[in-house]
Amino acid sequence: MPPIVSVSGLVKTYGNGFQALKGIDLAIEEGEILALLGPNGAGKTTLISIICGIVNPSGGKVLVGGFDVVKDFRQTRAIIGLVPQELTTDQFETVWNTVSFSRGLHGKAANPAHIERVLKDLSLYDKKDNKLRELSGGMKRRVLIAKALAHEPRVLFLDEPTAGVDVNLRKDMWKVVQRLRESGVTIILTTHYIEEAEEIADRIGVVSGGQLLLLEEKAALMKKLGRKTLAIELAQPIPAVPEQLSGFNLRLEEEGRRLIYDYHASGARTGITTLLAALAEAGLTLKDISTRQSSLEDIFVELVEAGR
Amino acid sequence: MNGQAIKAIYLFEMARMRRTLLQSVVSPVISTSLYFIVFGAAVGQRIQEIDGVPYGAFITPGLIMLTLLTQCVSNGAFGIYFPKFTGTIYELLSAPVSMAEVLIGYVGAAATKGMIIGLIILATASFFVDIRIAHPLMMALFFALTAITFSLLGFVIGIWAKDFEQLNLIPMLVVPPLVFLGGSFYSISMLPPFWQAVSHANPVLYLISGFRWSFYEISEVDPMISLAIIVVFLAILSALVTWIFRTGYRLRE
Repeated sequence: MPPIVSVSGLVKTYGNGFQALKGIDLAIEEGEILALLGPNGAGKTTLISIICGIVNPSGGKVLVGGFDVVKDFRQTRAIIGLVPQELTTDQFETVWNTVSFSRGLHGKAANPAHIERVLKDLSLYDKKDNKLRELSGGMKRRVLIAKALAHEPRVLFLDEPTAGVDVNLRKDMWKVVQRLRESGVTIILTTHYIEEAEEIADRIGVVSGGQLLLLEEKAALMKKLGRKTLAIELAQPIPAVPEQLSGFNLRLEEEGRRLIYDYHASGARTGITTLLAALAEAGLTLKDISTRQSSLEDIFVELVEAGR
Repeated sequence: MNGQAIKAIYLFEMARMRRTLLQSVVSPVISTSLYFIVFGAAVGQRIQEIDGVPYGAFITPGLIMLTLLTQCVSNGAFGIYFPKFTGTIYELLSAPVSMAEVLIGYVGAAATKGMIIGLIILATASFFVDIRIAHPLMMALFFALTAITFSLLGFVIGIWAKDFEQLNLIPMLVVPPLVFLGGSFYSISMLPPFWQAVSHANPVLYLISGFRWSFYEISEVDPMISLAIIVVFLAILSALVTWIFRTGYRLRE
């Protein structure tokens, strides 16, 4: 199946000479959740803005559903929904009207049943006659999502959807995202929060300095780059790592009470069995063992640092 | 053609007019009544009639034009500037609509609103003076063309404006002098020759003259010249708007 979004050689230089994108290639598969991670000013929003048609590209090509976003903008924009980063709302309008307006703007005939469903899914239905200025920030965020879903898009862009959002809303939002995914909608989100990407994305892209540094299946990425550490708590502290354990490259911590062993979870032989046997042979009594996987955050920081 | 989108924008804009009904409708009625009291009663004592038309009736087309021009420019400018200001313009730019459709929606709503208010003023005026319309079709044509042209001018201003000051510059500072000096309240034949010549450089003179001709068959210039001036003005603005849309000027930069 061809990718739903295909970006090739995308370049954007703004009027002031700032090069926001320096040649991005990216293929997004239909039905997946792709998280784009990156520091502020990395070019994530510019990338999304070009795909959605808000910003003109300076070079390169973007296809959505097989159509060119510049030449065939009617076809591409009809299937795209966008939740922008900033809380931009028409303060004096009611929730119902502003969401219905979005549907009409995307060329779809009025469908009150659909609007009602979207509002109910986002726990907004009881606020439908409220003016937007009467709503809290979190509620406004929900309205922006409702607007983006009003025309039943096949591809949904969420630009930092959880910035400044409380835990409840975040949970609600991920429920909606899961439901959309089950109905076949492709979701692209940008975020600073690595846990978020780790929690819901299928694939993760890292953008920095206008370039896509990496694009991987989340699990594969974790496996490939994920180091694990084994921490061994000892019953009795030891002054130094015993001679016969020198081959394991162990570190001693906590005044001799803890041994640390680094290994790769993806390796065929982790060396744990031999290590444990060697520990017993050395006469050490173990109190506890724990392992920790390096998080996406560690990987991310490493990549961005390396890219500098 | 995305007819749904045009309809959505048009109705959304008209809804805004309903929300500001008091300001939109009541205030022009009051100011028109004031003009009649001040100009009609006070000045009308001294100028009985111009070219055989009673003074109060003479100024009515000019009064309608004054409000039509100001309202259309303001509405057209505000309609597109507001989403730029609040940031909701992202939605227009990411929707499957061409800029021509956006324009039809906004300019159509601005012109409709201007014309509604113009008709309200005509109705108000008919309480004070006897109005007769000699050429109703030509009157409607002048009325509609002027409304569309100046709403389009407003739309261009709304796209160009970077802040509220720029937004109000032309509607507040340029339009009223042009209308007042364009013979709304007098015939320019009453002016010294020099100011008559200057007045002929004022495009609004032609609009008011043509519009007044459709009422009373009296005019400063040939009504066909008036019509031609509006059409030329409309063509210039259309060309400007086409350029704006092609380059993405101040919209997609």
